[in-house]
Amino acid sequence: MGRLTPCRTLAAALPVAVLLAGGAGPEGAGRVAAQEPEAGQAPASPERFGFGRAATEAEIAAWNIDVRPDGEGLPAGEGTAASGAPIYARECASCHGAAGEGGVADPLVGYEPESTPPFGPRYEAWRGAGDDVRFTVGNYWPYATTLYDYILRAMPSDAPGTLQPDEVYGLVAWILAENGIIARDAVLDAATLPAVEMPARDIFVPQER
Amino acid sequence: MAKTVTRRDLLAGAAGTIGAAALAPVGGRALAQGRDTTKLPGAPASALGARSPHEPLVRGAVRGAASRTPLQDLHGIITPSDVHFERHHAGIPAVDPADYRLLIHGLVERPTVLTLADLKRFPATSRICFLECSGNYPQEAGPETKPENVCGMTSTTEWTGVSLATLFREVGARPDATWFLAEGQDAAVMTRSVPMEKAWDDALIAYAQNGEALRPAQGYPARLLLPGWEGNSNVKWLRRLELGDRPFMTREETSKYTDPLADGTARQFSFVFDARSIITSPAYPDVVEPGWIEIRGIAWSGRGTIVQVDVSTDGGRTWQAARLQEPVLRQAHTRFRHLWRWDGGPAEIMSRATDDSGYVQPTRAALRATRGRRARRYHLNPITAWRVERGGRVVYREEPPWDA
Ligand code: HEC
Repeated sequence: MGRLTPCRTLAAALPVAVLLAGGAGPEGAGRVAAQEPEAGQAPASPERFGFGRAATEAEIAAWNIDVRPDGEGLPAGEGTAASGAPIYARECASCHGAAGEGGVADPLVGYEPESTPPFGPRYEAWRGAGDDVRFTVGNYWPYATTLYDYILRAMPSDAPGTLQPDEVYGLVAWILAENGIIARDAVLDAATLPAVEMPARDIFVPQER
Repeated sequence: MAKTVTRRDLLAGAAGTIGAAALAPVGGRALAQGRDTTKLPGAPASALGARSPHEPLVRGAVRGAASRTPLQDLHGIITPSDVHFERHHAGIPAVDPADYRLLIHGLVERPTVLTLADLKRFPATSRICFLECSGNYPQEAGPETKPENVCGMTSTTEWTGVSLATLFREVGARPDATWFLAEGQDAAVMTRSVPMEKAWDDALIAYAQNGEALRPAQGYPARLLLPGWEGNSNVKWLRRLELGDRPFMTREETSKYTDPLADGTARQFSFVFDARSIITSPAYPDVVEPGWIEIRGIAWSGRGTIVQVDVSTDGGRTWQAARLQEPVLRQAHTRFRHLWRWDGGPAEIMSRATDDSGYVQPTRAALRATRGRRARRYHLNPITAWRVERGGRVVYREEPPWDA
C-alpha cells in the first residue's frame, strides 16, 4: 500500500539489477520504493461519506409493498371468496386452472388434512400406494400473508402489480377457501388475514449456518 | 470491372487472386495444411474482440427462464460473462441507469436514496466467487448429458462494487436490525430476506463483472452479491433494501427454495452451498483414446476453500488426490487435474470435493437418505460419475429416478 511502482512496460525493460537496487531509472520510471509508507498516509474510512440523499416518506411508501407475517404492510380493504371468485376466473384461471388445480403455472389448491405436509413419514403412511399430491398453498405455505404479498407484487404474471387491495384480499380469500383453510364467508382484511392459521405453519426449520 | 486492391483488402487477408497467390506455399510442402497465415498480413485491430469462428462458445439448453454455462468448454476458473448462467423469474428488465435508484430504509437512522453514480463514489471492492442457482440439478439426465446439463448453473466471475457494510454504516443501520429484505425491479419484484451478519461479513452491491458494467441478464445496473450463497438470494436489478428485526417470509423462502426432508420437516434459509465438484473433461460428448488422459474438472464450496479433490477411476472403489490448480480461492471454482492412464477397458470416473470446514461431498444415496423421496431439487451436490465405454465414448452415469 502506498508504494510507488514503475509503469509495467518500463519495468520490463529495466535491467533487473536496477530494479533491485531501487536505483534511478530512466526519467518517468519512478522510484522502486523499499521503504514503509509514511505513517498516516491512508486516511481511515469516515463514519459517513455523505453520498446520496434522504428518502422522503412518499418515496418509501411507493416502493414499500412487502407484507409481513404479523400483518405489517397490509393496506386497508377487504375481500371474501365470493368477491375473489370472478377475479380469479378472469385474471388467473388461464394459467392456474379453473379450480386452482394448476396448468401452465403452479397449482394453488390441494390440501389433504391427513397428509399435510406432502412429504415425510406421516404423508408416506397416508399415501400408501396412491398418487403423490402436489406442493401447494394449502399444504406447504406457512403464512397466509405471503400470499397477499406475492399476488400483489408478481401476479397475474402477464400484468403484475395491477391489482387493487380489495381484489387481492378477495383472491387470497378464494384460494384459502378452496383449500378448505378458511370458511367461504370469511372476510379477510388487515386484521383477519395475519390470524389465519396455515396447515404448514410449523414444518419449517432454519438451516444452521 | 477492374478490381482495385485496397490496403484494407490486404490487411483483411481477403481471399481474392492476390490472396491466393500469397497463400501458395513457397518451396516444398508446408507442414501446416490449409492457409499459410505467414504470407499475408492479418486482420486489423478490432473495435471489439470476437471469439475465433472455430470456437463458438454456445450455451445449449436455453429455456425461457434459464440458460446454463457450458462447463465442458471452459478451461480456467473464470466464466466469460456472456456464458454466465442465467435464471430469471419474470424476464430481464431494461433498466435505464439514469433512472436507477436504490432505496435503503426500515431500521436505519437515515432512510437514503442512492443513484448509480452515488454507489460508484463509495470505496469499491472486488472479489472472485462462484454464483450458483439453488436448483442446479438435472431434471432428467440420460447417458447423453453434458456437464452443462448436469450442473451448468454455476459460474465464477470477478465482481466489483461497494461493500454492503459500507452502505449500512452510511445509513446508520440500527442494532436491532437482524435481517434485511432485498428487492429487485424486475416484473417479479423479486424479494429475499438475508441475515444482517452476511452484510457485515462479505456482501456486495455489485455494479461490475469481469471488469465491465454488469450485463442486463446479471442485474444491470446493480445487484446484491452474497458470496457462496444460493443464487436466488443474490437479487438482481436491486432497487430496495429494508432492514427489519425478523425474516420477511417471502414466497421464494417458503414455497420455493426450501428443502423438504425425510423426517417431515422442511429446511428453510438453506443459503450456503455445500462443497461440490464435477469432472468436465473427459465427459459426454468426448470420445477418448487409450493412453494418458488428464482428467479435469472444477470444485467449489460456499463454506470456504476447497482443500482436496479426490478422483476415482474405478467407480468409487479407490480414490487418489488430484492436483489443485492455483489460485485456489474461497467460494470460487477451483480447477483440479489428475493424470490417468486409460487401458481401454470400461471405466467409471468421478470426483469428490472436500472443503476447509472438513465437509466432504456426499453421494447421491446419502443425500437421498436425508432429503427423502420428495426433495425438490434445490441445494443438491452429489458426486457425479461418467462412464468411459470400451471404444472411448464417455457418457453420464444415470442415477435412479429421485422418487423411486
Ligand atoms: C400468464 C400466466 C399467469 C397468470 C395469468 C397468473 N399466474 Fe400466477 N403464476 C404464474 C407463474 C409462471 C408462476 C410461477 C412464477 C415463478 O416461479 O417465478 C405463478 C405463481 C403463482 C403463485 C405462487 C405459487 C406457489 O406455489 O409458489 C401464486 C400464489 C399465483 N401465481 C397466484 C396467481 C393469481 C392469484 C393470479 C391472478 C391474479 C395469477 N397467479 C395469474 C403464471 C400466471
